[in-house]
Amino acid sequence: MMKKELGLFLLLAVISAITGAINPAFLSFVNLLNMANLIGLFGVFALGEGLVIITGGIDLSLGSMFALLGVVFIDLLTTYQVPWPLALLLVLMGGLALGGIQGFLITRLKMQPFIVTLCGLLIYRGAARYYTSDSTRGFGYGDEASTLSNIASGNIGGIPNTFIFLIILALVLGVLLHRSVYGRWLYAVGKNEEAARFSGINTNLVIATAYVISGGLAGVSTVMFVFYTNSVSPSSFGNFYELYAIAAAVLGGCSLRGGEGSILGIVLGTALLQVLQNLVNILGIPNSLNFAVMGTVILIGVLADQQLQARRRRKAALASLARTAPKSKDSTILQSAALPTRAGDQA
Amino acid sequence: MAETLLELSGISKTYPGVRALDDVNLRVCRGEVLGLIGENGAGKSTLMRVLAGVIEPSAGVIRIGGNEHARMTVTEATQCGIAFVHQELNLFENLDVAANVFIGREKLAGGPLKLVDNAEMRARVMPLLERLGADFTPTTLVDNLSIAERQMVEIAKALSIDARVIIMDEPTSSLTISETERLLEVIADLKAHGISVIYISHRLGEIMSCADRVVVLRDGRTVGELARDELSHAAMIRLMIGRDLKALYTPPMRAPEPGGCDITGVVTSAFPDRQINLSVRRGEILGLAGLVGAGRTSLARAVFGVDPLLGGEIRIDNTPVGVASPRDAIRQGIYLVPEDRKKSGLVLELPIRENVTLASLLDHARMWLVNSAAERKIAKDQARRLSIKAPSVDIEAVTLSGGNQQKVVLGKWLSMQPRVMFFDEPTRGIDVGAKSEIYALMRSLADQGVAIVMISSDMEEVIGVSDRVAVMHEGSVSGVLERDQFSEYNVLRLAVGHALETMETAAP
Repeated sequence: MMKKELGLFLLLAVISAITGAINPAFLSFVNLLNMANLIGLFGVFALGEGLVIITGGIDLSLGSMFALLGVVFIDLLTTYQVPWPLALLLVLMGGLALGGIQGFLITRLKMQPFIVTLCGLLIYRGAARYYTSDSTRGFGYGDEASTLSNIASGNIGGIPNTFIFLIILALVLGVLLHRSVYGRWLYAVGKNEEAARFSGINTNLVIATAYVISGGLAGVSTVMFVFYTNSVSPSSFGNFYELYAIAAAVLGGCSLRGGEGSILGIVLGTALLQVLQNLVNILGIPNSLNFAVMGTVILIGVLADQQLQARRRRKAALASLARTAPKSKDSTILQSAALPTRAGDQA
Repeated sequence: MAETLLELSGISKTYPGVRALDDVNLRVCRGEVLGLIGENGAGKSTLMRVLAGVIEPSAGVIRIGGNEHARMTVTEATQCGIAFVHQELNLFENLDVAANVFIGREKLAGGPLKLVDNAEMRARVMPLLERLGADFTPTTLVDNLSIAERQMVEIAKALSIDARVIIMDEPTSSLTISETERLLEVIADLKAHGISVIYISHRLGEIMSCADRVVVLRDGRTVGELARDELSHAAMIRLMIGRDLKALYTPPMRAPEPGGCDITGVVTSAFPDRQINLSVRRGEILGLAGLVGAGRTSLARAVFGVDPLLGGEIRIDNTPVGVASPRDAIRQGIYLVPEDRKKSGLVLELPIRENVTLASLLDHARMWLVNSAAERKIAKDQARRLSIKAPSVDIEAVTLSGGNQQKVVLGKWLSMQPRVMFFDEPTRGIDVGAKSEIYALMRSLADQGVAIVMISSDMEEVIGVSDRVAVMHEGSVSGVLERDQFSEYNVLRLAVGHALETMETAAP
């Protein structure tokens, strides 16, 4: 299980080393801290997306959620002068609620995740633009939420708080996904929902919870992004960010078929994406190629991973054959042969 | 004797260790309806697959139209005029009738553009549908058709390739009585046009009414042939059974206790107009026999909470229990070992350990965090108890043999507290050794006071393992046999819907 993460880490290290060798500015303290900040910002909601992808679903609505929750958040602080802890709480609950609605539609009303969250993407964006009449919302000259702003965009000993938050969150979610009963259920549901249901797992609840967590983390991310940009332009804020999250999760070893992936992988995937973006700037590659570079690396990464997995599976199959081979004379192989005849008359 | 159209001689099919077909001879005359009967697993479907070119025989010759074939390909079979109307219809629901009839041999137009000529195909399908008396058109979407109508589409497809022999495998298993009558009329019409039909069915009444001749298969062999004037239910059943059953039976250590599971008036979604009454005592193994599609699996799924219960009541130890989901059922100690272990029993990609604890994980956790040591211990205990052959409990279930996979499913339930266990075809596709281990295990569970229902289509297993046998026919229980009434003949009579000859009231 850890092989994938190790490979990703090596890839990250090699790319960083090469970039650093070409342009030492890449490894400068300022640049590293800047990257850490971005990794923190993008990692938080990528983790939520990762959980959803492990259920076999997808969440396309994250970027639009940022826009809607972002304008509401700024309005609460500036127009309505709501104290920041309350505003923070409301935005968080907003994210959880949106995730809950999506989870409900997907599990209870059996709608496809792609459609539900695609409609979410369109609806939230439209709502944000209508609510603000398409005008950018920002903070005035007052210090409506200087405390929160300091927390969200500050640093401890130079290390950006966003990055520290991501590490803490990754540890918590790591325990949730890899050590808790819920995490086990999540993998089981992602791999074989029917068998999970036959084992008494409330599969609908497990899946819906993943969307709720993803929505909640989108709420947190909204606040972090708002203080990163200090303003929200409802038509562009968070555009395409869900795709960054999906890319990070897939790069980090999540399969869109569900049931695969790890928290460490998703964090490393996010880091790799940010390194690639940074490298495009630092190496003087035209900025317009940004997406193309990302796309190419993801494509090659996933392809390489698939090849490696196929090889491992072949090895495992051979190993299991070797285990059962001595018995094959009397029994073990017989049953694979007995199957077609029996199945023949049932089919 | 009419002209022979098709002849199979000496057909054998061997899979490593299993003889599915053993020197089978079969002759079909022009314009004749040949009934093909036999128990589940007698080799009927395998034989027909050989004929349709899906399976290559290990030995034997197929003679058709003066040519000899050692084997057929699907294309050759089609060219020879052999058409197959499958038990599970192979139609594309998203396409219309004409497109389905011509699937893979579409009429083309537009020269090099190779466009599909829908108009031409529809024009050709129309007369076929008229001939079959179908009340839908070539442009109707298959999705909108009933099962019976879909069958007509399959038959139209057969007619469109100028089929000389049409194989129908259990064509009426999902039809209503009037639809069945309609189908029998169509068969009579086909016969009048000189087309032969091989009619496979468990429903002896239909065989009686349409077959000119009946061939009986048992254990992959032709065991008899009945001409039209020799046909009777008793004669057919007698030929279908008649093998020596090995003594498998281990009697219970103690008499069945009161209590257990009572199923009263239960209605499942598969047969909304039938009620099921069934009781199984603690300490008893109740065999649930019946033909495929008799509603046994639907009953198990309903009691286990997978499918909705449309009516009736389930009581355990005389206390009514609600089973709205498998979670409810499991909480009540009702467990199901499902028919398709790969699809519903296991998460194949997870290790043995995680599969064993999948249903009971919360019991091995503190504050929702899995106690790995406890989990590993449970899994190892089960692996030892069930002698699961694997190097460790951390290897993925997918790498195990069928028997060992089934043991992992059992381990999942045995690590908990079963009160009522349903085993649905527990030994299908499992080698002999693992089979007897599973029988021994069921017996020891029963002796510990678990009520066990074993659904099985294997007659040897039903008669050899059960303490009592309930037989289902078309959605309800047609009779319950005590051990002294056990015989293949009695089970089969009940399974095809007849009463026992010396009818003793089969009280539940």
